[in-house]
Amino acid sequence: MNDKTPVIQARNLDLTFETNDGSIHALQDVSLDIMKGDFVSFIGPSGCGKTTFLRVIAALEAPTGGSVTVNGMTPDEARRARAYGYVFQAAGLYPWRTIEGNIRLPLEIMGFSKSEMRQRIDRVLQLVDLEGFGKKFPWQLSGGMQQRASIARALAFDADILLMDEPFGALDEIVRDHLNEQLLRLWDKTDKTIAFVTHSIPEAVYLSTRIVVMSPRPGRITDVIENTLPPERPLDIRDTPEFLEIAHRVREGLRAGHAYED
Amino acid sequence: MRRNILSILTVVAAIVGLWYAACIPMNMHEATQRAQRAGVEVTPATASERLQMGGIALALKNPTLWRGSFGQDRPRLPSPDQVVTELWNTTGAMALSGRAMSKRSLVFHGWITLSATLLGFVFGTGLGIILAVGIVHSRAMDMSVMPWAIASQTIPILALAPMIIVVLNSIGLQGLIPKAIISAYLSFFPVVVGMVKGLRAPGMMQLDLMRTYNATRGQTLWKLRLPASMPYLFASLKIGISASLIGAIVGELPTGAVRGLGARMLTGSYYGQTIQIWSALFAAAILAAILVGTIGLIQRRILKRMGMQP
Repeated sequence: MNDKTPVIQARNLDLTFETNDGSIHALQDVSLDIMKGDFVSFIGPSGCGKTTFLRVIAALEAPTGGSVTVNGMTPDEARRARAYGYVFQAAGLYPWRTIEGNIRLPLEIMGFSKSEMRQRIDRVLQLVDLEGFGKKFPWQLSGGMQQRASIARALAFDADILLMDEPFGALDEIVRDHLNEQLLRLWDKTDKTIAFVTHSIPEAVYLSTRIVVMSPRPGRITDVIENTLPPERPLDIRDTPEFLEIAHRVREGLRAGHAYED
Repeated sequence: MRRNILSILTVVAAIVGLWYAACIPMNMHEATQRAQRAGVEVTPATASERLQMGGIALALKNPTLWRGSFGQDRPRLPSPDQVVTELWNTTGAMALSGRAMSKRSLVFHGWITLSATLLGFVFGTGLGIILAVGIVHSRAMDMSVMPWAIASQTIPILALAPMIIVVLNSIGLQGLIPKAIISAYLSFFPVVVGMVKGLRAPGMMQLDLMRTYNATRGQTLWKLRLPASMPYLFASLKIGISASLIGAIVGELPTGAVRGLGARMLTGSYYGQTIQIWSALFAAAILAAILVGTIGLIQRRILKRMGMQP
C-alpha cells in the first residue's frame, strides 16, 4: 500500500463540542492516512466519533485542533471543489423527485449540460443495478433500492472519494449482504477511495482493505488492522478461518478500547 | 361514497329543518300583526302585550298562525326557500335573461368582490412568501418581522379598514386597490406562518447534503426548501383565500360602497331587506367554498405531479 499516495491525511485531530451539559470530547488526537484506492472502515460503538471524523473530512464539522487535508486541500476547499460524494445513513431522496431527478440534483447544482446529465444518470443507474427504475418515485422503491439510488446520486458527479456513514445500517441483513457485495464490485470497477462507517464487524471485515477501530469518551483510534483477505471476495468468504481471524482481531481491538464497558 | 352522501344529506336536512322551525318564533310578531289586521283573532289581543312576549311563547299561544311566519316581505329571518329564490332570481334567472352584469345581479356584485379578493390574495401570498424567505434566511428578520406580523393580526380589521380606505383615498386610490390591500393584509399572515414552517421543514441531513454539493443558498431554496414547503403552502393558501374574501367584504362596508357583496349586505341592512342580506351572505359563502375548493384541486394536481401522494 505504501506505493500509493495519501488522499486524506489527519494529524492529531481534536474536536470538542460545547453543549449545555459541558463539553464533549468527540475526537482526541486522531491521526490517519487514507491512501488512494483504499476502502477504509471505521468501527466502534456509538459515541466513538466515527461519524464525526467522517463529517470533519466532509467539512460538515470543523475540528478544534490538529489538521486534516483532503487531496492536499483543507476539507472546506475540498468540499468546494466537490472532491467527495457523501452517502448518509438514510437514503434521503427527495420525495418530489423521481429516482432520475434525485440523481440529477447534484448535477443540476454543479451545472452539467443536459446531455452530460443524461449520460451520467444512465451510467450510475447501471452501476447500482437500477436500470429501468429512473422514472419511479422513491416511495415506489424498497429501502435497499432507495439506498442504492442514494449511492448512485453520490457517484453521479464522479468524485474520487466516497464517504459513507452507515449507509446500510437501517436495512435487514439479507438486503445488506446483497448491497455489500454490490458495493465491493462497484469499488472495484470505479477505483474510488471509500471511507465507510459501520458498527457491524462482519461488514467491516468483508468490505475493507483497512479497518480502523475506534473507542468512545474521548473518541479516538485504538487500532488499525490491515485486511489480508484477497480482493476477490465471495459472500461465503465470511466462513473461512482467515475471515474469522480478522473479525476476532477487530473484536479484540474493540474490547481493548473498553468499548463494551457500561 | 353512497354512505357519505347519505350522511351529508342528513346533516343538510337537519339544518334546513331547524332553520324552518326557527322562522316561526322569529317572525311570529309580524304574523300576528297581519292576522289581526285581516280580522283573525289573536292572543293576546293588543300589540303592546305581544311585544312584551318572546317569539316562542307567542308562537305557542297562536299555533294556527304559524303559516303567517313564512313568505313575509321583510321577515326577521327569511326561510330557506325565500333565500334560494332570491339567490336564483339575482343570479341564474338574470343570467338567462342576459342581465348577468346588471346592478341588481349578484353575479355582478360577486365579481366586484371576487376581483378584489383575488388581487388581494395575490398581493398577500406574494408578500407572505417573500417575508417567509427573508425570515428563514436572515436571523435579523426572524427576530424583527415575526412579532410585527403577529401584532398586525391582533388589530381588529373593522377598525383598520376605514383608516386604510381614507388614507388611500387621500392619495387618490379608490375602488379595487384599497379593498385588495385589506384582503392582502388579512391573507399574508397565514402564508408567512405556513411558509416559515414549510421552508424549515427539510431536516439537517438534507441541508448537509446540499452543503456537500457546495450548493448556494439560492439553489438550496429552489431545489430543496421551496419544494419541501409545498404542502404547507397549500394549507396556508386555503386559509389565506377565505381571509382575503372576508377582507374584501369588510373593505366594502365602511365606504358605503354601492357595489360588491359587502355593499349588498350593507344596503340590505339599511332598508331592512333581510332576504337581500341573507342571499348576499350565501353568495359569499358559496364563493368561499368555490375558492377553497379550487385551491384544493390545484393542490391535489401539483402534489400528485410532485409524486407526494401515492
